[in-house]
Amino acid sequence: MRICVDADKCEGHNRCYALAPELFEVDDLGVASALNDGHVPAGLEDKADLAIANCPEFAITIVEE
Amino acid sequence: MSDRDPSDLSPHEGCPVHDWATDFDVMDEGYIKDPAPVWEELRDTCPIAHTTRWGGAWLPTKYDDVREMARAAPTLSNRSPGVIPPGPEMRDLLIAEVKEFGSELPPISADPPEHKPYKQLILPLFSPKAVEDYRAFTETLANELIDKHIASGKMDAAVDYAQQIPPRVIAYIIGIDPGRADDFTDWTRGIIELGQTDPEARMKYRRLIRDFFQKMIEERRDNPRDDAISKLMAAEVNGEKLSDYSVIGVCFLLLVAGIDTTWSSIGSALWHFGTHQDDRKRLYAEPEILPTAVEELLRYYSPVVMARRVLDPIKFGDAEMVPGEKVIMNFPAANRDPDVFDRPDEVVLDRERNRHIAFGVGIHRCAGSNLARMEMDVALRVWFERIGAFEITDSELVRWTGGQVRGVRSAPMRITAR
Repeated sequence: MRICVDADKCEGHNRCYALAPELFEVDDLGVASALNDGHVPAGLEDKADLAIANCPEFAITIVEE
Repeated sequence: MSDRDPSDLSPHEGCPVHDWATDFDVMDEGYIKDPAPVWEELRDTCPIAHTTRWGGAWLPTKYDDVREMARAAPTLSNRSPGVIPPGPEMRDLLIAEVKEFGSELPPISADPPEHKPYKQLILPLFSPKAVEDYRAFTETLANELIDKHIASGKMDAAVDYAQQIPPRVIAYIIGIDPGRADDFTDWTRGIIELGQTDPEARMKYRRLIRDFFQKMIEERRDNPRDDAISKLMAAEVNGEKLSDYSVIGVCFLLLVAGIDTTWSSIGSALWHFGTHQDDRKRLYAEPEILPTAVEELLRYYSPVVMARRVLDPIKFGDAEMVPGEKVIMNFPAANRDPDVFDRPDEVVLDRERNRHIAFGVGIHRCAGSNLARMEMDVALRVWFERIGAFEITDSELVRWTGGQVRGVRSAPMRITAR
């Protein structure tokens, strides 16, 4: 599973970071990005799914590979 | 009320509402106490309601509509984000000031492109890492408040607890004396609660706050400190130092926006647990669900609505909006939309999929959202750790306030130490 944060859509709610700090980081302005180039380690797929489902800006998507 | 320009008012303010679709009133007593039944009816009959009360406004009730409108800057402008417009005296003053100095309370009252550099100035104060630095202070404060009341067995969860936390935390962050927290609370209520329907109070408290910060700027001009005001005074926007007017505006916003919003959220949450035994028991039994519960309480008891002003004609669904009208960003109603939330009118403490927009959406997302979450987390955690049993003593004494910010203003409880 691979995910991506659209930095243009992210408004810094930081829900993803709160739910899954293993998968996201945020800068001082609150803009989130996916760690590990978006590759979700095995076992954290549910957390990635929750981050996607809770983002108020619909900024996180699954990258089709 | 007599000082207001009659053209601003519809002839029937204060009269009962007969048709919420065409004549809603955000200051209606029943609506303030429980607005959800009105939203439910409107979603089925007229999802974007209209009124001529309070200067005229639109009220969306569907999640998708609210999102779309919140993102329609600058056609829907933030230049006057108050739900109820100011009286004529203040309006004339504001128009003159904005012409001379720029936005009054940047970034909340600014549109693109003025908005972004101001937002970027304040965001680092409230990043997830930055707000962790204020956690220990908040915990000490919450414990001290409980220490003060626990022996008496009585505590007003709104007045003695929820109301006391945010003004002291924001004072600590801005670098102003937390000992004056009661003044800050009075000023904020003067602007946001009382000032909504009393233009003289709005002017008076605005002047008090602006004078307070003007004095601080003068003190720090030669003696800067390591605090938010000094940082703002040294900061630049588009290559230029901020004017005193703008520094005061930003500080004013930080002070006012951080107080009765978070206070309302903490108060409503404690009122909820004080009146819902099952949820109370559940949080005692499963404290680990608190972060999820906080999001659910933010969804269900969303305290804040903001307004936009229509600058150019624009249409949403059947709603044809004309310049000058207000549009109320009804985030609380969006958060109860059954098309988006399963069982929307129930508090589900472990609701894991919860794309609520209590902090708004788009470029004006609440800059202090991480701070508000931290304060709610600490306030509820400490309350449940220190207090073993609690309940509302007299539901007749519970009071709600509404308009711009909805929350519990009085919630007397019987408490027992854990």
